[in-house]
Amino acid sequence: MAETKAPAARPLSPHLQIYRLTLTMVMSGFHRISGFCLYFGTLLLAWWLMAAASGPSGYARFEWFAGSIIGRLILFGYTWALIHHTLGGVRHLIWDTGRGFGATEREWLAAATLIGSIVLTVVVWVIGYFAMGGSR
Amino acid sequence: MSDIAPKHFRTPLARVRGRGTARSGTHEFWLQRVTSVAGIPLTIAAFVIIIMLLGRNQAAVAQILGAPLVAIIMLLFIACTVAHMKIGMQEILEDYVPDESTKLTLLMSNTFFCWIVGLIAAYAILKLSFGV
Repeated sequence: MAETKAPAARPLSPHLQIYRLTLTMVMSGFHRISGFCLYFGTLLLAWWLMAAASGPSGYARFEWFAGSIIGRLILFGYTWALIHHTLGGVRHLIWDTGRGFGATEREWLAAATLIGSIVLTVVVWVIGYFAMGGSR
Repeated sequence: MSDIAPKHFRTPLARVRGRGTARSGTHEFWLQRVTSVAGIPLTIAAFVIIIMLLGRNQAAVAQILGAPLVAIIMLLFIACTVAHMKIGMQEILEDYVPDESTKLTLLMSNTFFCWIVGLIAAYAILKLSFGV
């Protein structure tokens, strides 16, 4: 057998810093970053469910964390990441059908995902606060 | 004579298999679409369930989470999420980790993480449902 040659040092294609920053580009990054954050956010989901299954004291520990300022910030970020990733997913599914690639459409979709995710996150938290304020 | 001079270098067998150089086909691409479509209603349902449970004490939360419909929705949400995030993280690792042995280690850790987190969450739901 002839020895295989070491791969040639080919030039790499230009990366992010070469291009002018565009909204669609940033949103593409956001989709990946939100997915990455949600990955570790599932630890919170698993903790919450295990806490509920473990009993009152375990649940109280989770509630203490969730009610703290850091806990609330993380949960707010988790909510936003989840809604943003879901809306971004819808955008990707629209693209999968071959639609939404036009110059105006893709800008509109990117803006709608961002604005929609922020508005929906606030709406969910307002509903959440009302739900907590109710007599329980 | 197109039979003698084909337009490309792939063998007819490679072409009908349609798997390309990755050899694994489009299974993960498709599964990522399936879980994203399923994820839309499941995420909305999970939000509704979580908002319903806000501010309730452990006994009430445990009772509601253990109810058949809620438990099944949550189990579907967990299964869908874990399957989706495993492929997503795998894609990130394949894109950004150049070193082969580091990549393989991280890919394996990804599999472990997804199975463990998924099973912990599912176990909790089942425990609440079956009341043991």
